[in-house]
Amino acid sequence: MEVLSVAQIIVSAVLALAAVLALVRLARGPSLLDRLLAIDVLLAVVCAGLIVDMAAGRHMNNLTLVVAICLIGFIGSVAVARFVTDGRPREH
Amino acid sequence: MNTDLILDIITAVCLITGALMSLAAGIGLLRFPDLLSRMHAATKPQVFGLLLLLTGLGLQLGSWAAVPLLLIAWLFQLLTVPASAHMVGRAGYRTKHLRREILSVDDLDAVVEAAAEEEPEAEITAGDAAAESAAAEPGPAEADAAASAAGPVRKDQDNSGTRKD
Repeated sequence: MEVLSVAQIIVSAVLALAAVLALVRLARGPSLLDRLLAIDVLLAVVCAGLIVDMAAGRHMNNLTLVVAICLIGFIGSVAVARFVTDGRPREH
Repeated sequence: MNTDLILDIITAVCLITGALMSLAAGIGLLRFPDLLSRMHAATKPQVFGLLLLLTGLGLQLGSWAAVPLLLIAWLFQLLTVPASAHMVGRAGYRTKHLRREILSVDDLDAVVEAAAEEEPEAEITAGDAAAESAAAEPGPAEADAAASAAGPVRKDQDNSGTRKD
């Protein structure tokens, strides 16, 4: 149990650092697609946080939320990628 | 008692490694030079990191009834991540969000060349000036020559090769 609470603290710090790095790329990213990648990584970090919380508390209340976040992230990035492709004006 | 401790240690290793995947993705997003290499870093935590985290969670839950749910969560991610990464990469290639000078191999070169060679036939119907500059499109040296010959028109034709299909 002690091992697990220590691990939870370490994991929280690492995930927070990863989220900050992704946010920096999100703010700085030169193009829309870079920002899209940053948002994907941010979603992965959120998923990881939920799973670590479940593992530390030994419950599985968030599991449906994890699956839903995966699916929503997929739909979002595909939609934005299509928008980028078609958003440029046709040149002929 | 002892097995609990071992399970806890394995879980802790899985969770920390999975979190380090996210950290690696964050560092990669910040440090790598262009979209394609950033994609390489960004897709690591979404599949392998999630697998490690779910393994840790499964070990900690300790019941076989939870395993199918965890497997479903991972399988959804395994199916959707390559599709979305493919879409992002395709959009990035078409809108030229890549740096050619650090690219070692471009497998689409032949396809793009073929499309650029077919292009003039389609352009003749559109107009003579457009066809003239589309014929000069493939190489950078020829493109420079075309830029001096027909400057404003050449800019319109810049992406016609990659956007054809």
